[in-house]
Amino acid sequence: MMTKDELIDKLKGIIAPYVQDEAAFKALTEDTDFVKDLKINSANLVDIILDIEDEFDIILENDDMEQMLTVKSAMAIVTGKLKD
Amino acid sequence: MVANTCYKGKFLIDITMTTEDIRARLPYQDPFLFVDGIDAVSEEGITGHYTFKADAPFYKGHFKDNPITPGVLLTECMAQIGVVCLGMYLLKDTLQTGITPQIALTSHQMDFYIPVLPGETVTVISEKEVFRFHKLKCKVKLMNAKGELVCRGKISGMLSV
Repeated sequence: MMTKDELIDKLKGIIAPYVQDEAAFKALTEDTDFVKDLKINSANLVDIILDIEDEFDIILENDDMEQMLTVKSAMAIVTGKLKD
Repeated sequence: MVANTCYKGKFLIDITMTTEDIRARLPYQDPFLFVDGIDAVSEEGITGHYTFKADAPFYKGHFKDNPITPGVLLTECMAQIGVVCLGMYLLKDTLQTGITPQIALTSHQMDFYIPVLPGETVTVISEKEVFRFHKLKCKVKLMNAKGELVCRGKISGMLSV
């Protein structure tokens, strides 16, 4: 079982290549919004979803994609999928 | 019309969308349409062709007294055939007549090997790498009439109905 910090670190590693706003990325918290704060575009959001699937060996659906707007929601979705 | 006859009936269910249907749905027109025809299409990829008109105005400036097809236009041709036409085909079940999906180029990486001169016909061959959450990413190559590799790379776009 991963701790919360370990999960955030893993997500940060996945998100890093796609971030446009580096200052917002440095100040990342659970409330950071992928689009509004990090200025990630929609195509790279899909890349992040696909990278999360590979990293955690899970399958994400359209609903998950729509909900995955912030670091917190991404953590909740990944944690939920890992429990299944 | 080419449809799927070349796939020996494997994709028989797909003959509802012909290559003419695909072309008719494209949101481009002259002077920025770079698709003359589709030669084959399936869920996995597409092949199409285009002839760069010898009298196209950009040859006057690219380059002075030395007309060569700009790489950006080769890339555009590859994106129109390899990503947009293929995308139209992949979305065929969700597209209603007369509706064109919204499209946007989101990234491309391209390596160029030899030039394309005015009047040359090129063939674009595209293989689908991934199509999920409205993003279509393809491995695309462009060949000249002699079958030589002109350029190759990866192109991604977003398509939503």
